[in-house]
Amino acid sequence: MSTETANAPSEGGGSTGTTRYSVDNPAPLMTPPRARTARTPKSTRTNFELYGWLFMRLSGIVLVVLVIGHLLIQLVLDGGVSKISFAFVAGRWASPFWQIWDLMMLWLAMLHGMNGMRTIINDYAERDGTRMWLKMLLYTATAFTVLLGTLVIFTFDPNIR
Amino acid sequence: MPAGTLYRGREGMWSWVAHRVTGVLIFFFLFVHVLDTALVRVSPETYDETVAIYKTPVVNLMEYGLVAAVLFHALNGLRLVAVDFWSKGPRYQKQMLWTVMGIWGVLMIGAFYPILQHTLHSLSGS
Ligand code: HEM
Repeated sequence: MSTETANAPSEGGGSTGTTRYSVDNPAPLMTPPRARTARTPKSTRTNFELYGWLFMRLSGIVLVVLVIGHLLIQLVLDGGVSKISFAFVAGRWASPFWQIWDLMMLWLAMLHGMNGMRTIINDYAERDGTRMWLKMLLYTATAFTVLLGTLVIFTFDPNIR
Repeated sequence: MPAGTLYRGREGMWSWVAHRVTGVLIFFFLFVHVLDTALVRVSPETYDETVAIYKTPVVNLMEYGLVAAVLFHALNGLRLVAVDFWSKGPRYQKQMLWTVMGIWGVLMIGAFYPILQHTLHSLSGS
């Protein structure tokens, strides 16, 4: 494949809108954007990025309900932020329904956010080393946050004192 | 400018920029928020003292900003899903963005008093 353009019409054909390409004067041949060339890295053999793409959309749809419901309860209804206290948390986590709600929200939001941040790191960190370290930091912080949050939800003790 | 960061401009690019910026903001907030909530495992007093920070006027205003970011990211995220999965999605992407902004504006006006009432009351001394 080549990107040869030597055969393009030379008499200003583009601006008049008339095509002058013919058998004797064929249109320029361009390499399709995703064509595999010698410089293409070897196949990764999995559809990881496809599943990541799908996960962003599916988790996003579920998060709309979980996150907006959460903001409504915590920040909008019933006096806004005024009411939030240890007692309020204890009241909500007394119900398995809200425990599971918060657990799902924690996991989905963290994994969704982590995958989004991974995309952003891949976009902007051009040096291999920088990219690797930023992603290690991201994965460590995500694992820590998810595990801490899960532990707190499951071990919450309303009578701690 | 890193390679591949400039796109075609206009609605499509700016909504992408806003989606990216709000996504990062929400992620960092979530990190802090899990840490502050974890204080319920320390003691009720520690937790309540920390939540008091959330009730100061400046942080209360930041909560309104957080809601603004989340609402935009959520509504625009649904628009992205529509663009990707609905056959006519790409054709109506611009109209859908203005629909998103309209719904966002209405919800932000509606959320103004409920979210900021804590500060409004404390400032007016009632
Ligand atoms: C509330 C419901 C949410 C919806 C509907 C939603 C939707 C989406 C979608 C569809 C994408 C993929 C964009 C793409 O593939 O180009 C995305 C990206 C992203 N989301 Fe969300 N999201 C939501 C909540 C969140 C939350 C809670 C966080 C933070 C923890 C977050 C952080 C991100 C980040 C960092 C990106 C990457 C942005 C980019 O690549 O430009 N999102 N979101």
